[in-house]
Amino acid sequence: MEKDRIAVSVRGVAKSFGGTRILHDIAVDILEGSVHALVGENGAGKSSLGKIIGGYYTPDEGSVTVLGQPVQHYSPREALGMGVAMIHQELQLVPELTVVQNVFLGRESHRLGVLVKGDLARFEALEKTCAFGLNPLAKVADLRIAERQKVEIMRAIAREAQVIIMDEPTSSLTEDEADRLHEVIRRLTAQGKTVIYVSHFLDHILANCDRVTIMRDGRVVRTDPIAGETKQSLVDSMLGQKSDIMWPDLPPAPPPETPPLVELRDASTDAGLKGVSLMVRPGEIVGLIGLVGSGRTEVARALFGADALSGGEYRIAGELQPRMTIRRAAQQGIGLVPEDRRKQGLVLTQTTRPNVSLATLDAISRGGVLNTGREVARTRRMIEHFGIVPPHVDGEVARYSGGNQQKVLLAKWAVARPRLLILDEPSRGVDIGARQRIHEFIVDMAREGVGILLISSELEEAINLSHRSYLMSEGRIFAEGPSSGLTVESALHRVFLEQNRRSQQKEALAP
Amino acid sequence: MTDTAAKPGLPARRLSAGDILRDYGILIIIVVLIVALSFASDSFLSARNLLNILNQSAPLFIISCALTLVIIGGGFDLSTGAVFGVAAVSAGWIAVNVDPYLAIVAGPMIGLALGTLNGVIITGFNVHSFLVTLATSLVYRGIAILISDGRLIPVRIEEFSWLGRHRIGMVNVAVIVTFAVMLLMMFILNRTKLGRAIFAVGGNEEAAILSGIRTNLVKIFTFAMSGAAAGLAGVITVSRISMAEPQAGSGLEFEAIAAVILGGTSIMGGAGAVWRSMAGVLLIALIGNGFNILNVNPFYKSLTTGVIIVLAVALAATKPRR
Repeated sequence: MEKDRIAVSVRGVAKSFGGTRILHDIAVDILEGSVHALVGENGAGKSSLGKIIGGYYTPDEGSVTVLGQPVQHYSPREALGMGVAMIHQELQLVPELTVVQNVFLGRESHRLGVLVKGDLARFEALEKTCAFGLNPLAKVADLRIAERQKVEIMRAIAREAQVIIMDEPTSSLTEDEADRLHEVIRRLTAQGKTVIYVSHFLDHILANCDRVTIMRDGRVVRTDPIAGETKQSLVDSMLGQKSDIMWPDLPPAPPPETPPLVELRDASTDAGLKGVSLMVRPGEIVGLIGLVGSGRTEVARALFGADALSGGEYRIAGELQPRMTIRRAAQQGIGLVPEDRRKQGLVLTQTTRPNVSLATLDAISRGGVLNTGREVARTRRMIEHFGIVPPHVDGEVARYSGGNQQKVLLAKWAVARPRLLILDEPSRGVDIGARQRIHEFIVDMAREGVGILLISSELEEAINLSHRSYLMSEGRIFAEGPSSGLTVESALHRVFLEQNRRSQQKEALAP
Repeated sequence: MTDTAAKPGLPARRLSAGDILRDYGILIIIVVLIVALSFASDSFLSARNLLNILNQSAPLFIISCALTLVIIGGGFDLSTGAVFGVAAVSAGWIAVNVDPYLAIVAGPMIGLALGTLNGVIITGFNVHSFLVTLATSLVYRGIAILISDGRLIPVRIEEFSWLGRHRIGMVNVAVIVTFAVMLLMMFILNRTKLGRAIFAVGGNEEAAILSGIRTNLVKIFTFAMSGAAAGLAGVITVSRISMAEPQAGSGLEFEAIAAVILGGTSIMGGAGAVWRSMAGVLLIALIGNGFNILNVNPFYKSLTTGVIIVLAVALAATKPRR
């Protein structure tokens, strides 16, 4: 295979939205059969560039050439016709249909429009390339995110896509699943297909991509082979200045004799917790480490009263909580920053101010009547405190970037002054600047005596930002200890070891 | 601290001409219609005619105001016409057989109770409000028929009919009541905790739950308000026409929903305003009045109103969703 043929060539491309220019004079060549990374902070323009190549946006200026053909009136449909498929961050599948129906959606085997047999055979043929091991007759709604992503990839291959754009493909995957995705990517490129890989995860990029284009403020900073790059060199180019991924200093851990703020003892839930015991002390940051699906979110839900305990005990400040509800949890000062901020956290039809106030309406009202003056002043303080941009009290949150949306959500709990704050993936999908601000916030809250339970798929974050951590697997906690004794590698190693041990046990039990 | 999001990727937050047309288009249409009608007819732009329009539509105004709360809260109320009917015949019966003042109070109270029942069923069984109110509208209409025994109830009692017929100075009592309801609904929606909660429940129920808001109570409240308003509207109508009939208010639920949507309140919930619904009712009323004044064949009235609603909704749908 020739290595130097150009699959996609972007020349002088510019794009504006509503008077704001988001891409300036972009020039990138993407080599055929390579994995090409697009990196940059949120708002740097990497997703927009991906969407231009994928046909979702039409450039205002410049040209795009795909596999030697210049592109004019371009739409996702025409892009697909030219061999370019895009796999979105939010997957676009029909949940009520089966895997095979989704893979061949719009391309079913048919005779005069009447469906005929044959899709399953075509699926088997595809499976030879992909080796995903998906059940073609499973309903997509029942699949996990990683598996749904595989369905999307199969769909792209079924349409004979030569260039596949993946927007944040690993953001909802566990490390293990991400590894498997990367294997698939390697198989695809070995067959001469080209992958454009848009991501925040620098480790994944360094390990799996051939070349990288770094973007900043809507411009290309540089395009280089990945070989000479380090995390630091990428970050430096993304930020435009020397900077480190800095972990803020943690406040001193509360002494071990401090009575716990919340405590689960041998707690089980129908959602999948099996005899979990854990505690968080005031002013302590506790990390929950485990793969997606290991029960981390379920611990959060149990503590927040969203799932009732089917066994075991839950105590808040020593007091037994026999029938916990979300409302009771909120009343006792437990806050939750949920995993999916758009679906579970923000009211996108509303502006910044009501979003910040939502959990603390009592504090700014008397007899049910809001004190708007106090509310505006308080919101303004929060906007300043977190550096929320744009700094409008009644800004349209729906149009904010991920990082700023997350800051609005954190502001909601900062004004609430909770006793325990549960953070589920607090820095997912936000840029480095916002991430550092979020980290500072976590540490500040702990310093003020708030107990914090931190859940993060980025092990580095969970380890470096916590005093103590619990390791989880399959709904159980299998180890606990000070986070200073952990590294990403050692934690991962132990998680995988535990997984193996348990699956061997299961096998041993099976007849 | 780098705040990258300040820079590209974020659309400018300026109001374009398109945004203004979308957000305030209904007002522009109303102004245009008023100007056109006042040129077309000398009698249109008189205080008497304008007050008359308001007075005639007072029941629809009242229902639409309260319905706005339901729709912003992510709900749907198809039972307002039937609640109107129950309140009408109950008030008529009470006015004749018990006490006319009690009848005036009883109408909205009965509406409040029926609306609350809607809310309790919706939240208790977790069924979509569309289905529940569709069913209860049949039940309530049946109750109205049972109460009146299927007959008209004539109510010619001065202590009762002042509500629908009297004026204070130039202004009809019904118009004053309408404005009171409007101000109350605006106050609830914009100035109270409850109003915030209604927006949050309609905009993102899960976020509201996770913020510790009792979303079920909030929903029940909106349906209770809608019911009370329908009851009040029923009493005003009976008092005006001196007659209570079990089929009173049929179809009113659709007119009210049309007015709310026409005003620009989102059918998806989470966004909207009481003034919008008022504007929606006013537009529908102006179209009707225009037909009368200009002596146009009234057969075209329904068609015209329908076309305008489709246009207004289509215009609102051009708003980019995020």
